[in-house]
Amino acid sequence: MKLKKPAVVGVASAAVLSLALTACGGGSGSSADGSGGGKHDKDATVNIGSLYEPQNLSNTAGGGQGVTEALAGNVYEGLFRLTDKGDVEKLLAEDHEVGDDGLTYTFTLRDGVKFHSGKALTSKDVKYSLERVIADDSQSARKANLEVMKKIEAPDARTVKVTLSEKSISFLYNLSYVWIVNADADPEKLKTTEDGTGPYTLGKWTRGSALSLNRFDGYWGDAAQNKQAVFRYYKDANALNNALLTNAVDVVTSQQSPDALDQFENNGNYDVNDGDSTTKLLLAFNDRVKPFKDTKVRQAVSAAIDDEKLLESVWGGYGKPIGSMVPPTDPWYADLTGIDAHDTAKAKKLLAEAGYEKGFSFTLDTPNYDPHPTAATFIKSELAKVGITVKINTITPDEWYTKVYKNHDFEATLQEHVNDRDLVWYGNPDFYWGYDNPQVTRWVKEAEQADTTEQQTELLKKVARKTAEDAASDWLYLYPQIVVANKNLSGYPVNGLNSQFFVHDIKKS
Amino acid sequence: MLSYLLRRLGFLLVSLALASVVLFLLLRTLPGDPANALTSVGATPEQIEAARQAIGTDKPVPEQFVHWLSQLATGDLGTSFVSSLPVAPEVTARLDVTLPLTGAAFLLAVLVAVPAGFLAAYRSRTWYGAALSAVSQLGIAVPVFWLGMILIAVFALNLGWLPAGGFPQDGWADPGAAFEALVLPVITVALVMSASLIRYVRSATLDVLGSDYLRTARALGSSFGRAMWRHGLRNASVPVISVLGMELASTLLGAVVVESVFALPGLGSLLATGIAQHDYPVIQGVLFVSTLAVLLIGFAADLVQRLIDPRLRGRLSGGAR
Repeated sequence: MKLKKPAVVGVASAAVLSLALTACGGGSGSSADGSGGGKHDKDATVNIGSLYEPQNLSNTAGGGQGVTEALAGNVYEGLFRLTDKGDVEKLLAEDHEVGDDGLTYTFTLRDGVKFHSGKALTSKDVKYSLERVIADDSQSARKANLEVMKKIEAPDARTVKVTLSEKSISFLYNLSYVWIVNADADPEKLKTTEDGTGPYTLGKWTRGSALSLNRFDGYWGDAAQNKQAVFRYYKDANALNNALLTNAVDVVTSQQSPDALDQFENNGNYDVNDGDSTTKLLLAFNDRVKPFKDTKVRQAVSAAIDDEKLLESVWGGYGKPIGSMVPPTDPWYADLTGIDAHDTAKAKKLLAEAGYEKGFSFTLDTPNYDPHPTAATFIKSELAKVGITVKINTITPDEWYTKVYKNHDFEATLQEHVNDRDLVWYGNPDFYWGYDNPQVTRWVKEAEQADTTEQQTELLKKVARKTAEDAASDWLYLYPQIVVANKNLSGYPVNGLNSQFFVHDIKKS
Repeated sequence: MLSYLLRRLGFLLVSLALASVVLFLLLRTLPGDPANALTSVGATPEQIEAARQAIGTDKPVPEQFVHWLSQLATGDLGTSFVSSLPVAPEVTARLDVTLPLTGAAFLLAVLVAVPAGFLAAYRSRTWYGAALSAVSQLGIAVPVFWLGMILIAVFALNLGWLPAGGFPQDGWADPGAAFEALVLPVITVALVMSASLIRYVRSATLDVLGSDYLRTARALGSSFGRAMWRHGLRNASVPVISVLGMELASTLLGAVVVESVFALPGLGSLLATGIAQHDYPVIQGVLFVSTLAVLLIGFAADLVQRLIDPRLRGRLSGGAR
């Protein structure tokens, strides 16, 4: 069908399928310690195994998680970059100034930057790229956040001025998601080709199979530590692990099969890196309906479930217990695991106070793929100990989207939430879990309008604590971000933020 | 013969048309809305509606069907909802993997199963005849993915003779690597396929061995080999060819499993992706091409049977179906 590009989409965080189907992403900035260091081959080809193939090569036309992993920071660069610790660093922006009103941002572009096509980067390209993200047909994950840009001007070749409609402390962070693209490139062609400023050019993309990147000799920064990087795509985690075992790939961006880790841990040829992901497994209550309307019931359920035992049974020694929606890489992280610590006696007491001393029964809508069924069975047995009967209702991702997410027709559900900085959803009373606390809503709004990141962090810390005390949801655990690599490799990203996988610093010996 | 050919072709076209209608309608009765997969968390109903308009699923189903057919007539399989890239080149690229895989596995299976099945029947009272029969029975119970994993464990992980999976990025431009990549998958499919083929060849041969016409031919002085060649083979091959056709078709459609185990970018893996993403044009494109292939296989099997067996020539669609 000759169709127009989808005219909508991209509102807030990940598309629902990626919310549902993907787990953590790659990292950025910090990297594996160089056990493979020493002499390395500057002309090596690094083979990267991944489960996330791009849908197309545009991050404003639905390329998905895969296109971020392969191209962000490698082929395309933004004005800013998100580092592995979650900090925002200058990249193509050499400098920036914020007006006293907090609404006008003036960016000075780095000098001497060239696109792969040879054209020099100018403010026109930046203006075009920013407009592209908030265009009607944009499917960018950050579209809604960036719609705060009211006016974008390019007064001279190296200056870009952006005026916001209201204050947005996350503006620079959100800009780290925007790729600067050559304004003269044909947007249709950018679905299968590229024209960025990054350290690599696109070699060849064979759909269903592989995508190769070649070192760009005209790069403005330090040249890449390897000559070529090839992302090889697999659908099956076993097939991916076999590829690593037979040296068909050197590194796996995100290990999703806990059972497979043994063969790498007990093998001297591989490093298993345990990084921090941003993916949280949630037991999300419908806070609008009985009995979960009652804070005490939610607290009781949260206390009755031994999160650490669940984590142990799913991931072995990997992953982390988590006490709120905030992963350690978000600036407003604090260890809140004490609040919903496992305590059966406390759970029983809370249930009695809420008038449910004899317990109750509820239906748990459980997505039909790992780890949800395992977690559901575990929760069922834990809650049976305090007199609560769980009916497990297995549903497909699509049913989940319609029944739970859209129609709010559920009592409780399990879901993995992949994004960083997504605590702010608790400030939206219309979100699927229906947590409605006017104070939290106000804090979230104030945080975004804050003058400094310190103020923002302070406010969001309060939000995290309040939602945790209210047991708005039960955050079961934080997924591990496991990168498994051959020992001859070093310099690869080990943490999971925004699905990026920078290959610039990877050394192979 | 010509009029038969024309009638048979007409039959093929009608089948194809019916199959297209059925697959088109079935897809649209599946639960779930492809627009959901295209919109993000927090999308408003208006945005979802706009996504529907953009991909054309807001229109009545008959209108969508007519649109699809009119594109088909020009060889256009449409544009993927998810990648917004055309489907036809993608399907063609995937056939580069699936066709050689299926074809080679089929040939290998026939080469193994015909002699083995004959031997299992002709020497059914010897230990190896019985063993062949038993092994093939066991083979029918072995799932493709399991056999694939075993072969990978032995020949790729332990011995390191062959790749564990994947296909070279340059495809057949790198013939050595492409060939190597297909060795284990071909063996996997061929072994599973030949297990059931052996049973059919064996029972067809047993029928022939016990037949009156073979005994008569022998009584008239024909040697066993000559009698088998002139009379036995012909009679035994009619039912076997039917089964071969069905086996080939089911292998083509069942490629999704072996492609997943061996990480091959074939038609099956494209179909799996399409289904997971509710990408109707991709699913339709793959199923249409597979249906066409299956019908052509049936057509070819019929033709071969008619050439072999004059008794079938009066009938439209031949053989022991």
